[in-house]
Amino acid sequence: MSATRDVAKQESKAVQETREQERAILPAVDIFEDSGGLTLKADMPGVSSERLDVQVDGESLSIEGKVEIPVPEQMNALYADIRSTRYQRSFSLSSELDPDNIEASLKDGVLTLRIPKREEHRPRRIEVQTA
Amino acid sequence: MFPNLGSFENSLFDEFRRMQMDMDQLLGASPWPSGIRAVARGTYPSINVGSTPDQVDVYLFAAGLDPKSLDISIQQNLLTVAGERKRGNGDDVSYYRRERFDGAFRRVVTLPDDVDPDKTSAQYRDGVLHISVQRRESAKPRQIEVK
Repeated sequence: MSATRDVAKQESKAVQETREQERAILPAVDIFEDSGGLTLKADMPGVSSERLDVQVDGESLSIEGKVEIPVPEQMNALYADIRSTRYQRSFSLSSELDPDNIEASLKDGVLTLRIPKREEHRPRRIEVQTA
Repeated sequence: MFPNLGSFENSLFDEFRRMQMDMDQLLGASPWPSGIRAVARGTYPSINVGSTPDQVDVYLFAAGLDPKSLDISIQQNLLTVAGERKRGNGDDVSYYRRERFDGAFRRVVTLPDDVDPDKTSAQYRDGVLHISVQRRESAKPRQIEVK
């Protein structure tokens, strides 16, 4: 496969611009909570860390990624489940979460975001005093 | 007590999901026959298949897999990929959304008849499994020279 090139690059600019408005794939996510915060995992196969964009704007969290797979030249599609090259999904955060300390990691196409709770919102055990 | 108790947004999402299932049901009753090996939309992993004169390329969008757990086999022109994906999120957590696939999967892809099962290679990168199968020499297009 010497003559490979980027799927996205082989399109003309005009085509690419219409593609920007094309419907993005909604990545499947798991969101779960433990006492320290929330964890979000999103399946974004084909996205490398250079093409991943995680943004927090106020209380909105947005994840976006572009699929980059080198394909041989003059390839014809025989079958396609995936017809877009972009993943996008956004969420609204709530005030007890700490957006400044979000940690993100990407491994084998799975994005993991750790969203901690603010210190004052972590659960504390309340001891019952007996008189 | 309520492991899946979600927010308002969540229930709206469920509503859409139900609508989508209704749509599937409607479309499933269409007069066009569906492929005998066709699977429902959204089945894990998603597959794209492309062909060139030299080879057939199969891309499985399978994020978060252990490549060692994969079992890829090819018999004539039937490619079978089986494996297992564990979520591995731990037990002591409460879920808001649980959409990612968890468990064992098997997908069968019918390739063109002229592939050579002996010349198959596979690699896993960024959550995409790429399997490429060479086509037989005799099936490639040839230039015929006029004498």
